[in-house]
Amino acid sequence: MTATDTHRAIDAVWRIESPKIIAALTRMVRDVGLAEDLAHDALVAALEQWPASGIPNNAGAWLMAAAKHRAIDHFRRAKMLDRKHEELGQDLEQRQQALALEIEAALDDDVGDDLLRLMFTACHPVLSAEARAAMTLRLLGGLTTDEIARAFLVPEPTVAQRIVRAKRTLAKERVPFEVPRGADRDARLSSVLEVIYLIFNEGYSATAGDDWMRPELCQDALRLGRILAELVPHEAEAHGLVALMEIQASRAGARVGSSGEPVLLLDQDRSRWDQLLIRRGLAALERAEKLGGARGPYALQAAIAACHARARVPWETDWARIAALYAALTQVTPSPIVELNRAVAVGMALGPEAGLVIVDSLLAEPSLKSYHLLPSVRGDLLSKLGRSDEARAEFERAANVDAQLAREKIAVDESAVRLKPDTTCDHC
Amino acid sequence: MRFMMIVKASQDSEAGVMPSEKMLGEMAKYNEQLVKAGVMLDGSGLKPSSKGARIKYSGSKRTVVDGPFAETKELVAGFWVIQVKSKEEAIEWAKRVPFEDGEVELRPFFELEDFAPGPAIEHHRRIGEELGKQKS
Repeated sequence: MTATDTHRAIDAVWRIESPKIIAALTRMVRDVGLAEDLAHDALVAALEQWPASGIPNNAGAWLMAAAKHRAIDHFRRAKMLDRKHEELGQDLEQRQQALALEIEAALDDDVGDDLLRLMFTACHPVLSAEARAAMTLRLLGGLTTDEIARAFLVPEPTVAQRIVRAKRTLAKERVPFEVPRGADRDARLSSVLEVIYLIFNEGYSATAGDDWMRPELCQDALRLGRILAELVPHEAEAHGLVALMEIQASRAGARVGSSGEPVLLLDQDRSRWDQLLIRRGLAALERAEKLGGARGPYALQAAIAACHARARVPWETDWARIAALYAALTQVTPSPIVELNRAVAVGMALGPEAGLVIVDSLLAEPSLKSYHLLPSVRGDLLSKLGRSDEARAEFERAANVDAQLAREKIAVDESAVRLKPDTTCDHC
Repeated sequence: MRFMMIVKASQDSEAGVMPSEKMLGEMAKYNEQLVKAGVMLDGSGLKPSSKGARIKYSGSKRTVVDGPFAETKELVAGFWVIQVKSKEEAIEWAKRVPFEDGEVELRPFFELEDFAPGPAIEHHRRIGEELGKQKS
């Protein structure tokens, strides 16, 4: 094994083990930043020793033990400092003993709870959305700052700063390292789900020519989602989110054409949909539904995606069911964009007239004023009704809102204009 | 990256001998690790080759040969499909399989970007559409 091979192997072990190590250390030292530094020291030790000694068989346990030794050293140093300050009391001795016991216990206990605490901490609402995503990828996804920066198309120092500031905020606000309970829990879990889905969408919106780290974010998010779903197996929405991501990811190979152009859902080559991911998505959705979570916002979106996944050809799509699911989604998360999607589904299920009624009710909606899909959905429905002049006017309006989209829409023969029916999932 | 971890057959697996209670327990634990780490996509064990068959192709001729097949170590007894970041990570997971002997082979999947859309895929799609039309 060459030195580079060893380094790559160590890197792989690190990716697998670092979230657990950082989580376990945070429980010991109660400070995410310090825990990460100590874990990193252990990695440096491995990088120094393993190229010569070979990678130990139980590399994960080696790293965990090395990191914990460093945590103990840290406490010793702190204790000596305390001594210097003549503040040493009995309790420090006791703390030391308690710590030793805790380490003993930590060596063979399940780190699952610590991982979950770490997720809740990284996604804590005191942090900005960007900081939550960066912290989650760094601490739980095992990504480097450089990788996160490339994936989010921002300079590395920006991400580094974001992470430093986030750690400082967590320390300053004394955010406890815990799994929230009671009323707080739902909101906090929502925040974790949101962060994971944000990471997924960032990857999903990658376009051809982007750094390959970008689409890779979908895989990172899926992995995080699957980990979370196992940590909170009774939370329906965690499974709902996994289902949604698995099914959306299943279309990754079909949604971009040979010259990099986006391919609308109904035009996609379904033989390129990943059946393994679809199967996994449907299974996760079933789990969410069995837990009584069919009406959760992620489960509902997953159920909509599942309708498309189940249709072997576009004209077998169960539009009536999709329309009903959007109606349910409007109830839980009212949004004009969801309503616009419902209009598309209703238009497909009951005819363009019915869809148009819903779209027209949205015309005064201020938040849709500069949303190019409103005029393009309306234009599509009008053209299906044979009202070509009005349709053309709508497409032109869409063109004004979004010049890029305009070129696509106007170039296409009006009768052939087709829409993306699940714009919330597929286009945003 | 997606990898298949292919479990090679052994005399026991070919004889249809079920793994020991201890081994089953360790395998369950290993599978749980894969699931908890979010990397496991799929996996299954295969029955001995005596229950299977081989189809040989020669021009338009098809010959069916029933199992069992002799070259035990070349046969497949089971597999996992894992989603990982690198070949090194796949190797690390494979090293953790609780086997005491035998062999596991790692093979990366072709990813979608390995396939450019071509006439064959186009044809496949058109057939799908035709079938759909006939049904509706």
